[in-house]
Amino acid sequence: MPSSQTQSPRIAAPLPPRAGVGLKPEHVDTILAERPDVGFFEIHAENYMGEGGPPHRRLEAIRALYPLSLHGVGLSIGSPRPLDKNHLTRLAALARRYEPGLFSEHLAWSSHDTGFLNDLLPLPYTEETLRTVCDHIDETQNALGRRMLLENPSTYVLFAESQIPETEFLAEIAKRTGCGLLLDVNNVEVCATNHVFDPLAYLDAFPFQHVGEIHLAGYAESEDEAGHALLIDAHDSPVRAGVWTLYENVIAKLGALPTLIEWDNEVPDWATLHAEARRADAHASKSVAFSRAGGLRHAV
Amino acid sequence: MRFEAEISAFAAALNDPSRPPPARTRGREGRPDAKRFAVYRNNVAVGLIASLEARFPVARRLVGEDFFRAMARAFVAERKPSSAILIHYGAEFPGFIADFSPARELPYLADVARLENAWVESYHSAEADPLTLGDLAAIEPQMLGELAFTLHPAARLLRFEHPAASIWAAHQGCGEPEPPAHWAPEAALIARPEADVEVRALPPGGYEFACALRDGANLGEAAALLAAREIDPGPHLVGLIEAGALAKFR
Repeated sequence: MPSSQTQSPRIAAPLPPRAGVGLKPEHVDTILAERPDVGFFEIHAENYMGEGGPPHRRLEAIRALYPLSLHGVGLSIGSPRPLDKNHLTRLAALARRYEPGLFSEHLAWSSHDTGFLNDLLPLPYTEETLRTVCDHIDETQNALGRRMLLENPSTYVLFAESQIPETEFLAEIAKRTGCGLLLDVNNVEVCATNHVFDPLAYLDAFPFQHVGEIHLAGYAESEDEAGHALLIDAHDSPVRAGVWTLYENVIAKLGALPTLIEWDNEVPDWATLHAEARRADAHASKSVAFSRAGGLRHAV
Repeated sequence: MRFEAEISAFAAALNDPSRPPPARTRGREGRPDAKRFAVYRNNVAVGLIASLEARFPVARRLVGEDFFRAMARAFVAERKPSSAILIHYGAEFPGFIADFSPARELPYLADVARLENAWVESYHSAEADPLTLGDLAAIEPQMLGELAFTLHPAARLLRFEHPAASIWAAHQGCGEPEPPAHWAPEAALIARPEADVEVRALPPGGYEFACALRDGANLGEAAALLAAREIDPGPHLVGLIEAGALAKFR
């Protein structure tokens, strides 16, 4: 075996309760040279499903220095179709190789007859879909031999069939499967605007006891046919003010948690991305201090 | 069962822009909303087109951004990825370009795209120690003719009707690319002896020699192919080894 595959001593796997960022190939040289103080890096699992080469060499080098969060974007857990066994096998192999502190996936589907559709697509929330999603999560947790986190989605349409509120749907999944939840605060803001509900009421109903990670990102703004505001989960810009406020609200109740800055499109330079992570840490510290001072005593 | 019907209707509407948004989806007004559904259609197309733009940067420069995007959009509409591993998506794009009638006036475009696709395949291939000249030197001279090799997993051999390797090489810098000095067929070896992918044009006979070794011929048989054309096989073997194209003895 070439030396690049022998494992160097690694930092421990668990993610600290602070900000991390999505790992981008263009930032790796800077990160390895400067070794910035960042809580963890998160990768999209599918980008590391090649057999070898520079991506794995870079990831080995990063993993030696930082905890890693493995985030899947292609398992299609929210599909009525059976999970792709080969994909599960590949995920399990990646998890064995890189020992991530967390593995997460989405409450969404992304594959159908025509192939992989490369988007996180919505599903109705019914007793039938709940059973299917729970079966898929059981299968995933068995294949990986670990607990996973499931992320609340950004959605642009709802379904006439849906009977169960999203927070209740997620709570029931966590209860039945033992999985944890990834709370994407930007997705809450996006859905609250798109489907006209109060994001604070959504957060009040969210099963906080299962949350193991938070995602923050920027959205894009558009309009629907009727001219109503439509927010799009674009991951192409800084976190917005309203999302920071919701984040502080969450941290005040939950305490600090591993928090990812997702910036996957129009990726900025490392300094800009790192500044956004530091901003998340500052918001979290402020919120924890406020909470300790009793500021939200009656809200919890 | 209703779940299956719901998702199938959604997928069918995603794949056919002439269809209305799925009947059971709801926007804020309590009915299907075309602009809301268009976000999903757009996400699917834009993400897949972006992955082709990243995989074929020289082809994109050759035809310009707008032409490339239109060609990629046509491909994406027809062929979705077979798995969630997008690093493998686009292997069929060079063949699509060859049959894409608006690109007929650029017959070298598909060749350049084949090279770029092979480059990405090489980039993601498995690790292996390349064979060295030292490994070869350790073999008894009278045994050399019997030697057979396996290609390094990251090695790719390509032959072009057009000077695609020269065109590709001319587009690696940021300056204005010069057209190839000689417009002639070319062959190329792509290999990744260490971390970096390297592209080399193969001299006459080099492609046939390397393909013979790849396909299981021993060194004596492969050398005979070149000797028949009065080409000295020695530099070809050394060249393949120096490029990191051979992995081990069979």
